[in-house]
Amino acid sequence: MVVGVVVFPGSNCDRDSLWAVESALGERARFIWHRDTDLVGIDMVILPGGFSYGDYLRTGAFARFSPIMKSVREFAEGGGLVIGICNGFQVLLESGMLPGAMIANKGLRFICKDVYIRVERGGTAFSAGMSNGDVLRMPVAHFEGNYFADEETLEEIESNGRVLFRYCDESGVVSKDINPNGSSHNIAGLVNERGNVLGMMPHPERCSESILGSTDGLGIFASIRDRINMMERIGV
Amino acid sequence: MADPEGKTISAALARLGFDTVEKVRTGKVFTVDFSSEDESAARELIERVSGDILSNPIIEIFDFEIEEI
Repeated sequence: MVVGVVVFPGSNCDRDSLWAVESALGERARFIWHRDTDLVGIDMVILPGGFSYGDYLRTGAFARFSPIMKSVREFAEGGGLVIGICNGFQVLLESGMLPGAMIANKGLRFICKDVYIRVERGGTAFSAGMSNGDVLRMPVAHFEGNYFADEETLEEIESNGRVLFRYCDESGVVSKDINPNGSSHNIAGLVNERGNVLGMMPHPERCSESILGSTDGLGIFASIRDRINMMERIGV
Repeated sequence: MADPEGKTISAALARLGFDTVEKVRTGKVFTVDFSSEDESAARELIERVSGDILSNPIIEIFDFEIEEI
């Protein structure tokens, strides 16, 4: 598997993502500058965390116009797996590749801490080795992580099982009190209709090695690898 | 929809004694200088800029005024 990590001006989790794929997972990865358009030979795309374009105007507002995003959109339309982490999630929202938008955290503070998220749907391309109800511990680091979508959109997302991760407490209980940023329905991560584009605020790349305190993030990358290997085996 | 900043400002104003303030909503103002053939072309340009780039329709609405300088 070759993972493409997109680098926007202001990305700062690009190296962590590359490291997680190469060192923790043992797969190949390479950076793709946002002005490039070539995704040939790439099996999966990571839009990393950071502050693309300094978060000017709105988070992800300008990154969506980077030349690479047209290729990423086509890649996803062709069934390619894309994961947007933190600022990458915000870019996916601004691009319209995922529904909804991010607003400032409810407490108006930058949140930088470990949170617990509950796996709402195991067995997807991004959660192959996980079961519904599994609890993962992952770091978050954001100011605009308060996920907003109108009621109609939320209903559609929920009824089609598109919420992959929800903020919860250590034992997996989802409540308003435990919601770190005010996100609608405690949503921490969701997928597109087809299930091949994931956006999530927590950082799996920052918890993919035991030296970092947790390996809970590695499961997501391993799941993607397994899906890609399986697709290659059956010749898709 | 939620506006955490507006809510915080509103609560602060109430604490400062402005007890008739009921609600505060925050937003952004942009001043865009540009040249244009006529007013309708100007409106068309600024509508596109506001709708496609400066605002996100999911969380924001926009309005504009055009002034000849």
